[in-house]
Amino acid sequence: METFIQQLVNGIVLGAVYALVALGYTMVYGILGLINFAHGEVVMIGALVALAVIKPLAAAGVPLGLLLPLGLLVAVCVCMALGAAIERIAYRPLRNAPRLAPLITAIGVSIVLQYSAVLIWGRTYHAYPELLPVTPMEFGGARISVAQIVIVVLAGAVMAALLWLVHRTRLGRAMRATAENPAVARLMGVNVDRVITATFVIGSALGAVAGVLVSVNYSVAHYQMGFMLGLKAFTAAVLGGIGNLAGAMVGGLLLGLIEAFGAGYIGDLTGGVFGSNYRDVFAFLVLVGVLIFRPSGLLGERVAERA
Amino acid sequence: MSPRTKALLSTAGIGLLLAVLPFVAGGLFGAAWVRVLDFVLIYILLALGLNIVVGYAGLLDLGYVAFYAVGAYLYALFSSPHLTEHFPAIAAMFPGGLHGPLWLLLPAGALLAGVCGALLGAPTLRLRGDYLAIVTLGFGEIVRIFMNNLYAPVNVTNGAQGITQIDPLHLGPVNLGRGLEIGGLHVSSLHLYYYLFLALVLLIVVLSIRLEDSRIGRAWVAIREDEIAAKACGINTRNVKLLAFAMGASFGGVAGGLFAGFQQFVSPESFQLIDSIMILCMVVLGGMGHIPGVILGCIVLTVLPEAFRYGAGPIQNLLFGKVLVDPEALRMMLFGLTLVVVMLYRPAGLWPEPRRRQEMAER
Repeated sequence: METFIQQLVNGIVLGAVYALVALGYTMVYGILGLINFAHGEVVMIGALVALAVIKPLAAAGVPLGLLLPLGLLVAVCVCMALGAAIERIAYRPLRNAPRLAPLITAIGVSIVLQYSAVLIWGRTYHAYPELLPVTPMEFGGARISVAQIVIVVLAGAVMAALLWLVHRTRLGRAMRATAENPAVARLMGVNVDRVITATFVIGSALGAVAGVLVSVNYSVAHYQMGFMLGLKAFTAAVLGGIGNLAGAMVGGLLLGLIEAFGAGYIGDLTGGVFGSNYRDVFAFLVLVGVLIFRPSGLLGERVAERA
Repeated sequence: MSPRTKALLSTAGIGLLLAVLPFVAGGLFGAAWVRVLDFVLIYILLALGLNIVVGYAGLLDLGYVAFYAVGAYLYALFSSPHLTEHFPAIAAMFPGGLHGPLWLLLPAGALLAGVCGALLGAPTLRLRGDYLAIVTLGFGEIVRIFMNNLYAPVNVTNGAQGITQIDPLHLGPVNLGRGLEIGGLHVSSLHLYYYLFLALVLLIVVLSIRLEDSRIGRAWVAIREDEIAAKACGINTRNVKLLAFAMGASFGGVAGGLFAGFQQFVSPESFQLIDSIMILCMVVLGGMGHIPGVILGCIVLTVLPEAFRYGAGPIQNLLFGKVLVDPEALRMMLFGLTLVVVMLYRPAGLWPEPRRRQEMAER
């Protein structure tokens, strides 16, 4: 039972981060029908930029409570600019090209970003300073830290803000219209190019937040962290129904739970033959399963919800 | 000159060029470049296999390296002391150690990889473009995770340490790992591998050309262009797509066996997603579905990073008097930039298929 509650907590924390990253994938896919392969690297850049801001500030004696907001702010701004630049350079010129061409440029961009990070920050694992108390509190048999609570709350708040933006603002309406049909949206006076840029910018901002949060959670950041995270977040987006905002959130949470429970119980279930080192397999098994049995994802049929 | 003699002459010219290439490259740039040539040939085998899946049939496969891994591990397991060391029963069966012959292991690798390809294809063929890409990517990762972890409770793959002491490739009595003395002339091991790989590449090129013009090849292209129309014309799309998967995978299996014997060492390190992506980039950058284009893509993407590797450090030394930035990172960055720039200016690839070039011009 204790394992159960503990893995539930871990799963929710992990799932909140996956959901944030998955939103970036799903928004771009909803509008352009394109897998933004470079998104995981944007997440990584966000984490490392925040670290680069936090370290000197902490050394200069800025109070602990201000470090995380400042780091987040800078990371979000940098990643927004990065997202806009990626769209402008790598995707916009290829909007009418064969389908595989933007995929290759996306891969190229993600290689460039990864190794730019190596040039700037090196290949080492960077320890993240303890911004939030990670000493766990006993809570109904589970150990929960303040950091974990903040991650879930912050992720929830950001997602709520996104939903408000998409459903209640002019820009959100333009985004939904573009996702539905870009040509008609353009006829109705929507500036489609600007909407697409906005989509990349917002997705990258969410990615930056996710990058900082995941680094706070594991207290480590390095140049390859974006890759696996991005892959799993994409899985989450597909699981929920790609192109669907609520789907990405549900999918992220679900994937986090599946992974946490899978890793927690696989040893017992298989009598120790398979250990928790198989945890990464779960995400992909889920992905393959979903795509075979329900390719539109859990919430995929509600096309009107797309953004 | 009649066209026939012209074709004959150009074939002879290319043949001569390919025959002396390793000696020229080795003489000018050092033995390391003969090794690069060997790898170019292995990559051509892989890329031509993937070209069947991606280029002809239009099925985007991001887990192709898994089939390469299957071929490599099959060869590794049956021609190294690994199995006899860990399984007494097998040691008792083969007191002299396991030394599978090449003529058996390569076809077996092709067959096993082909079966894996069909198994992967069967449940996923209903999926459309990008989804298929992600499932195959997931499959590739699963294979790698299993290679990494299948050392306990029974040690099959030896985990991340990989399998060592693999026999070098043998052709009859000739050990390709040792080199060969012909009339007092020593032909080094790297050169021997070059000729073996070249022969196989030529075989596969001929096979690819024949496939392209065959009934099956035309069916693949029809599916790529419009699956519904292809079905309406009486093509059994499911079987034909499965065949593309299996055929492409079997090329990968052969390349894997060669790789294992060539390196005499395999580990999961060599079969990561980035390798799948690299092979895909070769196909797309060169020109999907166009054999000369794909070969060009392989040459560019194998030689370019190597050139950056040898160039990045010394050029910095020359310019600044010291190595300022990590040359390895710089070379990967330049590689990424190359991908972006080439795709921006030539979205159909460096040397596209004539039909595709027409399509692009119509837009």
